[in-house]
Amino acid sequence: MTFPEMTMRWRGFACLVAVAASAMLITGCGGGSASAPAASAGAPLVVTQPPTLTNSQALVVEVGPANGVNQLYTTVTICAPGSSTACATVDHVLVDTGSTGLRLFASTLPANLGLAAPAGVGGALHECIQFADGYSWGAIKSADIRLGGDTVRATPIHILGDASLPPVPASCSSSGPAENTVQAFGSNGVLGISNFAQDCGSACEQTAMTGSYYRCSGNVCTATSVATTLQMQHPVSLLAKDNNGVLLQLPAVGSEGAVSLAGSMIFGIGTQTNNGLGSARTFTVSATDGTLPINIGGTSYGASFLDSGSNAYFFPSSTTVCSSGFYCPPSTQSVSAVVQGRNGTSAAIGFNFANADNQFKTHPDFAVLPLLAGAPFGNAAVDLGLPFFYGRNVFTAIEGRTTPSGTGPFIAF
Amino acid sequence: MRMTPLLRLTLLAATALSAAPHTAIAALGGTIESIAGDRVQMKASSRVMAVAPGSITTTPYTKHELLTPAGITVREYTRSDGRVFAVTWSGPVMPDLRQLLGPHFSTYLATTDNERHGHAHRSIRTDELVVRSAGHMRAFSGVAYLRTLIPDGVSIDDLS
Repeated sequence: MTFPEMTMRWRGFACLVAVAASAMLITGCGGGSASAPAASAGAPLVVTQPPTLTNSQALVVEVGPANGVNQLYTTVTICAPGSSTACATVDHVLVDTGSTGLRLFASTLPANLGLAAPAGVGGALHECIQFADGYSWGAIKSADIRLGGDTVRATPIHILGDASLPPVPASCSSSGPAENTVQAFGSNGVLGISNFAQDCGSACEQTAMTGSYYRCSGNVCTATSVATTLQMQHPVSLLAKDNNGVLLQLPAVGSEGAVSLAGSMIFGIGTQTNNGLGSARTFTVSATDGTLPINIGGTSYGASFLDSGSNAYFFPSSTTVCSSGFYCPPSTQSVSAVVQGRNGTSAAIGFNFANADNQFKTHPDFAVLPLLAGAPFGNAAVDLGLPFFYGRNVFTAIEGRTTPSGTGPFIAF
Repeated sequence: MRMTPLLRLTLLAATALSAAPHTAIAALGGTIESIAGDRVQMKASSRVMAVAPGSITTTPYTKHELLTPAGITVREYTRSDGRVFAVTWSGPVMPDLRQLLGPHFSTYLATTDNERHGHAHRSIRTDELVVRSAGHMRAFSGVAYLRTLIPDGVSIDDLS
């Protein structure tokens, strides 16, 4: 399903206009079929249909398939290239500004979908996707992806956890625990909408990087270089329009949190009436790794980042880390930080965090916990995770793409 | 514990520097001598420097820095007895943790992350081993250390 609320809202508006302008009661409104209203004689009825925006789809934060907290999900429909029937709709796909490309678990797809390797690959291509907490292994296939009301054609997607795959190469599994099931991964897949047009980019075109792309002969898989055009692609970058980035729009939530939260993922930046930058400021990020400095308490953490796929604020603090692995201050604490774009833009932000164990204990059924925070590694990075996105419009502009406020890669809020 | 830290530092630095072209990466808890071939396996370039955090009255350690072809900077920290007590990494892809953690890799895999941290973080802690891994595609970093091997006076967060 894609953004039903928006479609319905516009349809209702059009019907109201038609009813008011005509003496007749119009049938067809609200029923789903769009029959044209009859005009009364001598007074041609002009119904101006407001442009129906198709560049968005629904988001939700809820516990999902693995009892997650602060996990942002969307529902994705894919089809065999060119087909309108060989399709699958997968819910609870993690929306991640920290990675690039669509990855879905084989267990969420019908067996007869019949997806093939992308044209041009020449045989099969496999990928090891490494996250900080583990790896997933699977084949690259070609599929059409529906994004809102639009479709990107024959795009590489990553099918994870397929039982028929060659064994995981050692250079892939050396990065940590396996996440080859929905339970281990925590969602039915991930939609990566980062600042980068490909997941690896030119590094994987020039070198056969271990822990990235592989070609397999029988059960033996060897790292391979892959042209950027054949790598996993930012799906939004392939849209015919609205292709310069993504806006994540989530409402504010009370400090106690909530069971769930609904929002919107809007494609394009400054391309439609629903994705204007407004008063948002742009912060250019590193074209190499997507990071930017964030200053807390007079210390600048140069490799910091915003990440919708992280479920808390992660920043250095002397606060006690408790049994849950998050911070557990005795009372709610306030943090002031300065986000520093590499273009010189800086903005002061503030956020609160509270005792994680108490939050989990008090609200075991809440998926939305805006006061969750934890410790990062060492002194290099602040990670503003999903709680930062609550109550904000956060834009992620794709590298090399122009927007009304400059060229990506940048973030804006 | 350490009788002559200043002397020890000097000797260590001299030894380390003279050995620099042949310095190997060692797995956590191991010694440089015992794992001489590992640098070759990672195809890494290396340099070595002695470090005395704080003042010279604190315990010295030696930092071995390696750069792999994939662009990962790996730093290994050895005690004065040559044992590796900590490893850090940063780079565009994850490092070979099986190599870096050595016999502790199985513990890393088997130990459940305490809570639901999401993909950008994994943090495990046992009586002996602590591993913190963080980051996202193109920007990973992390640290692993053995709590019982940390030299007196050394703070993990101060490792540079």
